[in-house]
Amino acid sequence: MERHIDLPLTEEIAKTLHMGDNVYLNGVIYTARDAAHERMTDQLAEGIPIPFDTTDATIYYVGPTPARPGTVIGSAGPTTAGRMDKWAPQMISLGARGMIGKGARSKEVIEAMKKYHGVYFGAIGGAGALLAKCIVDCELIAYEDLGPEAIRKLTVKDFPVTVLIDSEGNNLYEQGRKEYLEARDKE
Amino acid sequence: MREIDVSVITDTIEKMCISANVHLPKDMQKGIKSCRACEDGPIAQTILDQIIQNFEVADTEQVPICQDTGMACIFLEVGQEVHFTGGSLYDAVHEGVRRGYTKGYLRKSVEADPIRRGNTGDNTPAMITTDIVPGDKVKITVAPKGFGSENMSALRMFKPSAGLQGIKDFILETVEKAGPNPCPPIVVGVGIGGNFDHVALLAKKALLRPVDSHNEDPFYAQLEDEMLEKINQLGIGPQGFGGRTTAVGVNIETLPTHIAGMPCAVNISCHVTRHESEVI
Ligand code: SF4
Repeated sequence: MERHIDLPLTEEIAKTLHMGDNVYLNGVIYTARDAAHERMTDQLAEGIPIPFDTTDATIYYVGPTPARPGTVIGSAGPTTAGRMDKWAPQMISLGARGMIGKGARSKEVIEAMKKYHGVYFGAIGGAGALLAKCIVDCELIAYEDLGPEAIRKLTVKDFPVTVLIDSEGNNLYEQGRKEYLEARDKE
Repeated sequence: MREIDVSVITDTIEKMCISANVHLPKDMQKGIKSCRACEDGPIAQTILDQIIQNFEVADTEQVPICQDTGMACIFLEVGQEVHFTGGSLYDAVHEGVRRGYTKGYLRKSVEADPIRRGNTGDNTPAMITTDIVPGDKVKITVAPKGFGSENMSALRMFKPSAGLQGIKDFILETVEKAGPNPCPPIVVGVGIGGNFDHVALLAKKALLRPVDSHNEDPFYAQLEDEMLEKINQLGIGPQGFGGRTTAVGVNIETLPTHIAGMPCAVNISCHVTRHESEVI
């Protein structure tokens, strides 16, 4: 199913999204990769708050290339989400229920998604030039010293993603492949 | 003896780093397009269309094809008649990478220390491989390598008794384990033989060969075709959403090895397999 969604990703919206849906996201998302996740959770343990409002937030696992003058952002496709599995359950429990990345997730992450109505979206890995066209604003908001891994607030318009794992734990990586193989072997 | 000032090396590498990250090699473009033509999965067809659109946009708008502009793997084939002047050759290579990644607005993805981390800020050092060859020319190959796929690569020290079947199983097992993580459709570089260190380099060098080329030895050429066919029966498909196109190509390179061993390395690369060569 094709869906156009206005962010933030509330629990109500999250519950209506199903594995395999083609979704176009509109609104604000935040970028964070390994180093930012590590720092956010370390600082949280010391009582320092996360540099953005995590309520109903969507985190995009991306480290873009620098913007050329006159452009909003450089190439900006997803990185492998599994590397964030260590920190993701905590982020989800803090309300950041949307995640955009590529690749498989751990059991722990999927359990946290089921508990807090999280959604894992996939953007096309390696399609950074195309995806950048859907990013209309980019503001560096924290951890500038981390370079490409700094936290950026992005405004996206019709940003194309697919629901890889929905809030009930249905997983496109398992289902999609199974369905393809079943259809192929029937022929 | 031919003298080459190392500043020429710097200038060439600067230019090549930018170009290699923006223009997908023709063999990859052709390979992905022919995979699209025989793809039978409906989701897979859409994904491949978008992948094609992406490298076309990158090409015309001079934007990096992928945001992971990689570690700069630089291969130098240096003619033994060449004498470098004007400074250190390797310093000149790193300087070329530094300038290319800075001036080309490419991502700086290199950490100064593997455990203590810390971005070097200019994507140096480059990963340099040098071969001394006959002649008075220098061939430079720039191959930016992303780590979504690098992380899914594997090396195993087989005993000779594992035989051909052991190698085949290992290649399939590595692709299966990689699943959606290395941004399929992938390119699979395989090294067989040599020793622990050389087999990894062989697998990396296999990725430099055009994806539609074959090993010169018919035995290995046939093995490349067989493994490609087997990989594309796994059903992983583009992005791992299911489909025929899991790999665009399999390239195998070999070396003689020890009586007691049969090393094998599988270097996984993605649909953004970049490499560019120039002869000076
Ligand atoms: S694996 Fe390749 S296509 Fe995917 S993000 Fe890394 S460099 Fe880009």
